[in-house]
Amino acid sequence: MIVSAIAFYVFSAIAVAAGFMVIASRNPVHSVLFLILTFFNAAALFVLMGAEFIALILVIVYVGAVAVLFLFVVMMLDIDFVELRQGFLQYLPIGGLVGIILLIELFLVGAAWVISPEAAHVVAAPVPAFIDHVTNTRALGRVLYTQYMYLFQSAGLILLVAMVGAIVLTLRHRPDIKRQVIWKQVGRSRSEGVEYKDVKPGQGL
Amino acid sequence: MTIGLSHYLTVAAILFTIGVFGIFLNRKNVIIILMSVELMLLAVNINLVAFSVFLHDLTGQVFAIFVLTVAAAEAAIGLAILVTYFRNRGSIAVEDVNLMKG
Repeated sequence: MIVSAIAFYVFSAIAVAAGFMVIASRNPVHSVLFLILTFFNAAALFVLMGAEFIALILVIVYVGAVAVLFLFVVMMLDIDFVELRQGFLQYLPIGGLVGIILLIELFLVGAAWVISPEAAHVVAAPVPAFIDHVTNTRALGRVLYTQYMYLFQSAGLILLVAMVGAIVLTLRHRPDIKRQVIWKQVGRSRSEGVEYKDVKPGQGL
Repeated sequence: MTIGLSHYLTVAAILFTIGVFGIFLNRKNVIIILMSVELMLLAVNINLVAFSVFLHDLTGQVFAIFVLTVAAAEAAIGLAILVTYFRNRGSIAVEDVNLMKG
């Protein structure tokens, strides 16, 4: 028990510190790397809670895809990041004020709040008992592919739309690049595709 | 010393506040703002999973997956818009984004 408590405090402290460094570091590349550290520690917190599937999905999706995407964009764009940090101190007081107010409000809500005793009776998808030896992934799959099938399909649709949108936004047609023109390829006839040459012996073309 | 629901909620609240704070602090840099939004979504995910585990209901984890999906889509679209904008204007400063102002 004490080990899990120590692990919780270590992981959450690193996650919060790295999260703070994401917004405070001067170099955006460092920000992305700190974001990756935050996600790793959040994944460790999920493992501590017993939600292994979400933890690994978090590592795969965020660290493997989203953070690498951020890293690509940060390194690809040629931007003077020092100039972008001007006014950093100007916004510090108002930002700090809003942040502190928000944090106090969240703690007030957290302190004055209890779980309704009826909450245990309205569980939509109960976690299988530990005796049954059902892993977290299997239990999640049982719920996800039955009860939430339509939502799951719409999530896939959202990803498809996002992919198409990203491609449409970033694709540009440059005139000096040779592209495949399918109707030209299909419309070629034999007479214009094949050419007979009468090659004399001893001479090239 | 058991770690309860409120511990996880505290971590999530702090991470969410850091995200909001980051949006205020880096008003000019869209990339950091997008990263702050990712931090806030991560805090929401921690909340969902913590409630799911401590109330013995898997629905929270299912919704965490959906939040993850939307976050990934949002990051992809946001960065694509950023790249297009940088190509057109040569800068990503937020105060330059006024083309659509009537």
